[in-house]
Amino acid sequence: MTTTAPTTTLPGTARAASAAPAATAREPRRLLRRLPLNLAALLTFVLSVFPVYWMVTTAFKPTQDIQADTPLFFPTSFTLDHFSKAIAADGFWMFWRNSLFLTFSSVLMALVVALGAAFAVARLRWHGRRGFYLLVFMAQVAPWGSLLIPMYIIARDTDMLDKLPMLTLIYFMINLPFTIVTLRSFLVGIPVELEEAAQVDGCTRAGAFRRITFPLLAPGLLSTSLFGTITAWNEFAYANMLIIKSQDDRSLPVWLSSFSNVFGTDWGATMAASTLFALPVLILFLVLQGRVAAGMTGGAVKG
Amino acid sequence: MSLTLPRALPRTYRPYLLIAPAVAGAAYLLVYPLVRNIVISFQRYGMGELIRGDAKFVGFENYQKILGDGEFWTVVWRTLWWTTLNTALIMVIATLVALMIQRLRKVMRILVMSGLVLAWASPVIATTTVFQWLFASRYGVVNWVLVHLGFESYENYSWFANGPATFAILVVLIVWQSVPFAAITIHSALITVPTELYESARLDGASGSRMFRSITLPILRPIFGLVLSLEIIWTFTCFAQIWAISKGGPDGSTTTLPVYAYQIAQSLHRYDLAGAASTVTVLILVVMLIAYARQMFKEEADL
Repeated sequence: MTTTAPTTTLPGTARAASAAPAATAREPRRLLRRLPLNLAALLTFVLSVFPVYWMVTTAFKPTQDIQADTPLFFPTSFTLDHFSKAIAADGFWMFWRNSLFLTFSSVLMALVVALGAAFAVARLRWHGRRGFYLLVFMAQVAPWGSLLIPMYIIARDTDMLDKLPMLTLIYFMINLPFTIVTLRSFLVGIPVELEEAAQVDGCTRAGAFRRITFPLLAPGLLSTSLFGTITAWNEFAYANMLIIKSQDDRSLPVWLSSFSNVFGTDWGATMAASTLFALPVLILFLVLQGRVAAGMTGGAVKG
Repeated sequence: MSLTLPRALPRTYRPYLLIAPAVAGAAYLLVYPLVRNIVISFQRYGMGELIRGDAKFVGFENYQKILGDGEFWTVVWRTLWWTTLNTALIMVIATLVALMIQRLRKVMRILVMSGLVLAWASPVIATTTVFQWLFASRYGVVNWVLVHLGFESYENYSWFANGPATFAILVVLIVWQSVPFAAITIHSALITVPTELYESARLDGASGSRMFRSITLPILRPIFGLVLSLEIIWTFTCFAQIWAISKGGPDGSTTTLPVYAYQIAQSLHRYDLAGAASTVTVLILVVMLIAYARQMFKEEADL
């Protein structure tokens, strides 16, 4: 693949080198040479999309098609039965509401708190600034998977077991370091001169921040809330550990992971429930993807 | 409070006020659990102590117990093997995919990228559930494909009853879930490499593989280190997928350290032993991530 690099990375020079009449004759040969590459691309696409495709199509297929001896790769008939079954399942809307509350509250909290901290790191000079930022940077890779047990004990000691606000706090903290780092890198990219000009024109420092910097910060806020949303919406381990007795306070992932207790081997209903669970995040992602792409790499590459 | 202070003081206090919520959150929800985890690992902490709250210190008793247990070491080696296998596969496949995307024409590139984003954005528990359906013994697509490729023994094969098979499925699942993020991040770093470098190298007669070794790799090294560290952390502390699919079974063949700690805490109510296991997990992780720490100090340099 690497040997084809010259022609592929520089199509301009390759085309310029070949004389105009010869170009048509070379066209099929070039297509042939690019064939392995395009086949690999197609394979990558199919492998990455197939599980999601299979989830959605199974959810819409009538049961006899799901249980066909030869799987129907392109469904011919559609039904909404599995969706009505999933929605009618005990507590579905309650778990939906719980997940929504957890996601919304934790992301909002992380944004507000991170904005203050990111502003302090990016724009103000103070003692301990580097140390603070270093700790934030380190906290991005906090071993959350290994803190389940102490968190359980802390929740129990403080009477926060089986309570959604405890999960809100944990998800807030999981998202906070990453949000601070990303917002800081955005703030650093916005020239202070813009704010200073506004202050010269009579804005207060807070006013200048609100009117000038905040709108420019929008992509950063969008991308951090998108990733925060995904984290909170997906989180399983803590929701599974800290909500035990009050089953009504479970979140969607925990409920979905116990699908075999709910639906048995009814794969249609299980896939319908999975689809309903994945849908909000997928829609959010597709709507915002273009806008946050820059922010995402900005945070990931530059830290 | 700050209103009554002289004008100059709030200015110096303001950064600390801005970071106060973040510091308070981290102190209560990150530092305290980390410390508490270590404290518990030196105490006798079972069901009784959890209820009464009168834990006594027992020194290194818990560590002696788990470190002297053969099963613990089996779990440690399994976790290391699990992490190595997953991260190696993720890094190799993601690099190949990133290099491939770079060489694709617009239409195919958009196709592959949107496939990757779809796989990436899909909630973990949803796709974990889908994989259980893909590998289902009856009507599962994978068994059907294998039988039609000539492997007759996979007719109604129950993957989840066999230890190594379940382990393999989990590896495939983790790799499938992780490659999109790694590939997109590596690709976004690849496109920052100036094309002039390749052009002048080509003029000097460098081969494709030579250019990859001498130009692409050195420029990619920081982002490579970052992605590798993140993948190590994520697979080493992975809990949700393993718990949702196998709960560490069958016969403990998919029990990694986080699952092991959770099992001890939940079924045996030995929070002390689980705390010791978690502390050991964190220690191993820290040793493995010294490289990430070095990267972090470099980041700090350009603050």
